[in-house]
Amino acid sequence: MIFEGLSEKLQNTFKKLKGKGKLSEKDVKSAMREVKLALLEADVNYKVVKDFTKKVTERTVGHGVLESLTPGQQVIKIVNEELTELMGNTQSKITFSSKPPTVIMLVGLQGAGKTTTGGKLGGQLKKLGKRPVLVACDVYRPAAIKQLQVVGEKLDIPVFSMGDKMSPVNIAKAGIEHAKKYGNDVVIIDTAGRLHIDEKLMNELKDIKTEVTPHEIMLVVDAMTGQDAVNVAKAFDSELGLEGIILTKLDGDTRGGAALSVRAVTGKPIKYIGVGEKLTDLEPFYPDRLASRILGM
Amino acid sequence: KSYVKVDEEFLEELEEILIVSDVGMNTTMKIIERLREEIKTNKISDIEEVKSVLKRILEDLLTTTKENTLDISPSPAIIVVIGVNGVGKTTSIGKLAYNLKRSGKKVMMVAGDTFRAAAIDQLKVWGERTGVNVIHQQEGSDPAAIIYDAIQSAKAKKTDVLICDTAGRLHNKKNLMNELGKVFKIIEREYPEARKEILLVLDATTGQNAIQQAKTFKEVADITGITLTKLDGTAKGGVVLGITSELDIPVKFIGVGEGVGDLQPFNPKDFVEALLSEN
Ligand SMILES: Nc1nc2c(ncn2[C@@H]2O[C@H](COP(=O)(O)OP(=O)(O)OP(=O)(O)O)[C@@H](O)[C@H]2O)c(=O)[nH]1
Ligand SMILES: Nc1nc2c(ncn2[C@@H]2O[C@H](COP(=O)(O)OP(=O)(O)OP(=O)(O)O)[C@@H](O)[C@H]2O)c(=O)[nH]1
Ligand SMILES: [K+]
Ligand SMILES: [Mg+2]
Ligand SMILES: [Mg+2]
Repeated sequence: MIFEGLSEKLQNTFKKLKGKGKLSEKDVKSAMREVKLALLEADVNYKVVKDFTKKVTERTVGHGVLESLTPGQQVIKIVNEELTELMGNTQSKITFSSKPPTVIMLVGLQGAGKTTTGGKLGGQLKKLGKRPVLVACDVYRPAAIKQLQVVGEKLDIPVFSMGDKMSPVNIAKAGIEHAKKYGNDVVIIDTAGRLHIDEKLMNELKDIKTEVTPHEIMLVVDAMTGQDAVNVAKAFDSELGLEGIILTKLDGDTRGGAALSVRAVTGKPIKYIGVGEKLTDLEPFYPDRLASRILGM
Repeated sequence: KSYVKVDEEFLEELEEILIVSDVGMNTTMKIIERLREEIKTNKISDIEEVKSVLKRILEDLLTTTKENTLDISPSPAIIVVIGVNGVGKTTSIGKLAYNLKRSGKKVMMVAGDTFRAAAIDQLKVWGERTGVNVIHQQEGSDPAAIIYDAIQSAKAKKTDVLICDTAGRLHNKKNLMNELGKVFKIIEREYPEARKEILLVLDATTGQNAIQQAKTFKEVADITGITLTKLDGTAKGGVVLGITSELDIPVKFIGVGEGVGDLQPFNPKDFVEALLSEN
């Protein structure tokens, strides 16, 4: 489970708090040190952790919390609220355009899981009665187009491609024309993996955005990502303006702190999580439930 | 304002640099502890001197008892590349094939990933790019069987180095890890005369989970080295410090891009320098 180790650590900390009838400022401080360590070990970004513990401490100390009848419970409640806040409160879905096709563009670092996720998403939307088309805009990675075609074939979803000699901007544009002509109401654009500091390739994404104005630009993030997640998410968001985030590879044993970090620095919701290599392994993300689960509530 | 005191605040700053580089809490605390002791015993008060002591400690953690270059001579040799999904195994194999071929070796690659969509085609493209022969079968076939075939072919063609691609697998998936065991058994049985290198590929953007990856893969594979990919981004890959020092596995290569020439031998000094640099 995501955050398993984190959950255990935090709950241990809170057990200690609950066990005490009275709490001092020092108790809170040492609990926050434990929270900080647990979050860092789960790969939550350093700055996010600092801000988080600062906020919890501020809400706790000097606000009557320590003087209340059940100070431990109150602190846990505050942590839960702040954690939920950090993850984004309720579930966010994809919004479909009233004027189809709805255009979804998947972007992210190399190997994050874009192509696989594009297929998974198409499969889910198809089950909802949509008629998606996958558009192959990765002209760089060896056999990327073939990969998308294989995925499309497995799901019985059409794949629009123009080979690897055309510019991704033109392919995206033609893909949407194709969708309009053939009645596809959702267009999912698969883009090549790229570094957030690769100016040329980031500009390419901006050009696609300008040309086809996607309704949803979603950043695909590997849940195992460490401290760098914030740099990546910030850069993609400020260059492109993201609508949401999809976290992948949550079927591993990662503590998944990247989830907290990317959400915290972009303020954009995590909409889906990838939980396996199979094309059905995509789930909606429920932040409030997850926060409660982490704290064992 | 260049005058900085060697105090707790300064050590905290160093701690932050290490954590933000994914060194991890445990290893970071060990490093800072060692540093604190050295500062005390040697009465160091100069910032630059502290930094150089820190560098020495970090380089020390990266030094293992194992060889940090490929042990593939005399021929024949087999290199198996393993790791979790999407870290850069296939790409690293392509680059490695290119390097070895340029150094005059007769190289062959085998498409042992029969699972991922178009993984075979991906390796075939690398075969074309590098002019290296790729042994493959169709998607869905048994990886151990293909590697068996490739070994026979490598023997017949007197190949110096056979490089095996494998499917990405998360280390917590028992059945997939067992499948890897089967591959090693075939190699053991069919190619006892070959020198073996088992390279674990880690993605520099990965956080603390990389430690778990290394530990679990080590249980099923005699890992001889790590390839740390995607160091051309802003991630520092500091998690390897804990891995090399705790598991005694050396880093052998780093990946710094997606082109044929973007695989480099690992240099601890450069790595530490980059880790401590501003960006
Ligand atoms: N276990 C697991 N593997 C996943 C998941 N999502 C994707 N993968 C795997 O991760 C690897 C990379 O996925 P891709 O879809 O090729 O990633 P990408 O972002 O398109 O990669 P590039 O196009 O090279 O940038 C593949 O082996 C996928 O099967 C997931 O949720 N769980
Ligand atoms: N920037 C950068 N990208 C890399 C590097 N190494 C690999 N990549 C990219 O990362 C993505 C995944 O690489 P692959 O070689 O397919 O990874 P893999 O481990 O074989 O993936 P699976 O077989 O799906 O598990 C591709 O887009 C590669 O081009 C590197 O050193 N730097
Ligand atoms: K990755
Ligand atoms: Mg892709
Ligand atoms: Mg591969």
